[in-house]
Amino acid sequence: MTTPVLRLDGITKRFGPLVANDDISLDLGSGEVLALLGENGAGKTTLMNILFGHYVADAGRIEVFGQPLPHGSPAASIAAGIGMVHQHFTLADNLTVLDNVMLGTESLWAPRQRRAEARDRLTALERDFGLAVDPNATIGSLAVGQRQRVEILKALYRDAKILILDEPTAVLTPQETDSLFDTLRRMVARGLSVIFISHKLNEVMAIADRIAVLRQGAVVASFDKDATSREQLASAMVGRTLAEPKRTPLSAGGPVLEIKAAGLSRRHGGQRLDNVDLTVREQEIIGIAGVSGNGQSALADLISGLVMPETGSLRMLGEPVRRAGPAAMVERGVGRVPEDRHSTGVVGDMTVRENLILEDYRRRPFSRFGLLGFSAIATWTDRLIDSFDIRCSSAAVPVRSLSGGNMQKLILARVLAREPKLILANQPTRGLDVGAIAYVHEKLFEARARGAGIVLISEDLEELLALSDRIAVIYQGRLSEPQPVENVTLTDLGLSMSGHGAFDRGADQSHAA
Amino acid sequence: MRLEPREETPVWLSASAPLAAIVLALTLCSALIVWAGAPVIDAYLSLASGALGSRFALSETLTRATPLIFTGLAAAVAFRAKLWNIGGEGQLYAGAMAVTWLGTGALTMPPVLMIPFLFLIGAIAGGLLLLVPTALKIYLKVDEVVTTLLLNFVVLLFVNFMLFGPWKDPLAMGWPQAAPVIDEGVLPLLVEKTRLHAGFILALLAALLAWALMRFTRWGYEIRAVGLNPQAAEFAGVPMTATVVRTALISGGLAGAAGVCEVAGLKGYLTLDLSPGFGYTGIAVAMLAGLHPLGVIAAAIFIAGIYNGADSMSRAMDISNYLADVITATALLAVLASALFTRYRLRAG
Repeated sequence: MTTPVLRLDGITKRFGPLVANDDISLDLGSGEVLALLGENGAGKTTLMNILFGHYVADAGRIEVFGQPLPHGSPAASIAAGIGMVHQHFTLADNLTVLDNVMLGTESLWAPRQRRAEARDRLTALERDFGLAVDPNATIGSLAVGQRQRVEILKALYRDAKILILDEPTAVLTPQETDSLFDTLRRMVARGLSVIFISHKLNEVMAIADRIAVLRQGAVVASFDKDATSREQLASAMVGRTLAEPKRTPLSAGGPVLEIKAAGLSRRHGGQRLDNVDLTVREQEIIGIAGVSGNGQSALADLISGLVMPETGSLRMLGEPVRRAGPAAMVERGVGRVPEDRHSTGVVGDMTVRENLILEDYRRRPFSRFGLLGFSAIATWTDRLIDSFDIRCSSAAVPVRSLSGGNMQKLILARVLAREPKLILANQPTRGLDVGAIAYVHEKLFEARARGAGIVLISEDLEELLALSDRIAVIYQGRLSEPQPVENVTLTDLGLSMSGHGAFDRGADQSHAA
Repeated sequence: MRLEPREETPVWLSASAPLAAIVLALTLCSALIVWAGAPVIDAYLSLASGALGSRFALSETLTRATPLIFTGLAAAVAFRAKLWNIGGEGQLYAGAMAVTWLGTGALTMPPVLMIPFLFLIGAIAGGLLLLVPTALKIYLKVDEVVTTLLLNFVVLLFVNFMLFGPWKDPLAMGWPQAAPVIDEGVLPLLVEKTRLHAGFILALLAALLAWALMRFTRWGYEIRAVGLNPQAAEFAGVPMTATVVRTALISGGLAGAAGVCEVAGLKGYLTLDLSPGFGYTGIAVAMLAGLHPLGVIAAAIFIAGIYNGADSMSRAMDISNYLADVITATALLAVLASALFTRYRLRAG
C-alpha cells in the first residue's frame, strides 16, 4: 500500500447509551478508493461526520497527510483537503451552479467576486473530470444526478485531495452511476483518494480497491477487492447469511385498478402524463422502470389520490373514481407507500403511535365523537409494532428517532394492516439496508399472495426484475405496454428508459433491441 | 464549545427552559436598572410587590392577564398548525365591536343567556375576521403573516371611524367611545372592590379546553399533524382545508373573546385604547409558553405581572416603566435561545 493520506486511529463516538463508532481505525492510501460497507445504522455516516468536523469524537485521533486534524472544525477539514458529498445535498436551490461552487471560497471583504477566473477554473474541472454541468443553470432546474456533480465540483474547486461520498448512488440511475464511477476513476488516476460509503455490494465491488465492513459501529472485516466476493461481503455486513425472498409463480386474477388514457399536464410544477393505460390485476406485481422525473411521481400521485387525471379515466375495483382525495382512495382499498418516507410518509415529530394511525384515526374505535380512543389506539399500534417488528425504544418516541428501515416498516404496517386490494410501492427500498430490503420484498410478496395487485415504482432495476410479474417503462410521461418479466432484460430496460427502446413494440422484438 | 443535536429531549429540560430564560432576562435587565441609577434588588422587589405583593396588586395582575390568556391561546393554537396569525389585535377589536353592536341595547336577555351570547358573537366575529386571510392563504397562497398583520390596522381604523361617527356615545361628553354594555351583559366581579371579573375564570376554562382539544381530540391531532408536516398529513388523507379553516375559527374566536372580556368585563364600553397591544403581546405569551395551552396561563400571568410591577417600580424608583417591554422582549429572546438547548446539547471540545 502507498503512504496513507488519511489515518483514523481509535475513533469512538457515543450518543447516550448507543456506541455509534467503536474504536475504529482506518488508513486511506493516495490514489485509492476505499469503500465503507455497512447496513444503515452501522456507523458509516457518523464516522464521516466526525472526519468532516460535524461531530466531535469522544476518543481517537485523525491524521491527514501526517498532520493531526483538529476536532470538530469543518473549516479545518476543508483546509486539510477533505471534501464531502453528503447524502442529502447542501446546495442553495435558487443560486446558479457557479454561485454554489464559489460560495464560501472568497473573502467576505473582497471588493468584487472574481467570477471570470472562477468560471474558467470550474469549466477546467468539468472537462478534466467529465462532470458536465452548465455553470449558469440554477440548482433548482437541475436533475438529481446533475446536482450531485455540482457537489463533487464544489469539493474539487476547494482543492479536495480526499473526497468522501456518502451513499452517492442512492439517487442515481444505472447510467448516471456508471458516469459517476468514470469520474471517480479519473480522480484516482490524478492521485486523489476517495472514500465511498455504500451498502450496495455490486457497486462496492465495481469501484473500490479496498473494502472495510462496518457493523454495529465497529470495523468487523477489511478486504482487498480482488480477494473477496459479494457473498463474503454480504455475510460480513449482516453478520449472518440472508435468503432473499423469491417470487413464486401465481396466476393473476381480475382487474383491480384500470387507468385508461390518463393525461396530466404540467400544472402546479408537477410532472406530465400522456395517454397512460395501465391495468393491474389481482396477485400480480407491475414494475414501473424509468429515469427519475419521467412521470413516476405523477403516476404515483394519481394512484395515491392526490390528483385526478385531466383526461381519461380511473377505475378501482370496477368503480369509476371521479374525485381526488387520498382518504377516499384509502377507503377504496388502495395502500400507498410514498417515495420519500421522511417528507411524505411520516410526521417526524409525532410519535410512532400517532404515525401508525395517520390513515386510520378517523375510524372507530380510534376516534369516537371527535375524541381519540387512546386505549384502542394503543392496543392496535402495539400489535402492529410487534407483528411488523418495528424497533423503537417505546411507541411514544418521535418517529424521527427511528432508522430508515424501521420507518419503512412503520409505513408498511400502516398500509398493509388494512389489507389493501391495490398497493402502490414507490421506491419502497431506497436507502434501506439488505435486511430491511429483504423484509420489504417479503411483505410485498405476502400481499400479492393474499390477492393484492401491486404497482412497484423503482429505480433499482435488479429489484424490478426480481419482483415484477410484468414490467413497463415510463419515459417522458408515456408508459409502455407492460411486458412479462421473462421477456425483459436489463439492457432492454436501460435502453427504453433513455427513450431508445423498442419496448413499446412488443415482447418479441425487445430482445433484438 | 459546540452544539450537537439531542436524540431525545428530557421532560425536565423542556419544562425548566422557560424558567431559566426568565432568570436570564431579569439578570440582563438588571444592567439597565443599574444604568438608571437604582439599586437592582430593591427595584426587583418593588416590581414583585407591584405585581403580586398585595390583594389589589394580584387582582390587577390577573385582570391584565385575562385578555392575554385569550390572545396567547389564539396564537398558540394557530401556530401549532403553522397558521401564523399575527392578527390577534384586530380579532380582539372585532370581538369588542360585536359586543358593542348587539350588547349595548339592540338585544336584551337575562344575564345567563346574555353573557354566553356576547362571547359567542365576539368569537364568531374574531373567527370570521381571521377567515379572510386564511382563505387567501389556502386558495391564493397569500402569506398570512402580512395579511393578518395589516388587517389589524384596517380594523383599528374602522373602530376609529365608528367611534367618531355612528357609534359615538352622545352621553360621553365628546370622548370617542361607544355606548356602554347593558347591565345584563356585564361580567360579574370575582372579588369586591377590585377590577377582577368573571372573564378570568372563562380564560382559565378556555385554556383547559384548548389543552384538551390539542391532547384528546381528532381535531387537535389533525392540527398537530398539519402543522408538523403538511405534506405527510395531506398524503395520509388529513383534510387540509377543513383543518386550517377550523384552526382559524378557533384561533380568531379566542382572540375575539379577549375583546369581549375587555368590553363587557373591564371597561364597559368600546374605546380606541381598549387594548394596549394585547393581540401582539399574546404572541409573546404563546412563545414563552412553548405553545402549550396550560403554559399560556402561567406566561400570561408572568407578563401581566411584569407590566403591572413595572408601573409600580417606576413610581417608587424613578425607572421608566418601559423596562417592562424590555424584560418581556429579552425573556422572549432568551426563551427562543433556550429552545435551542432543548434540542441541542452543548459540548466542550
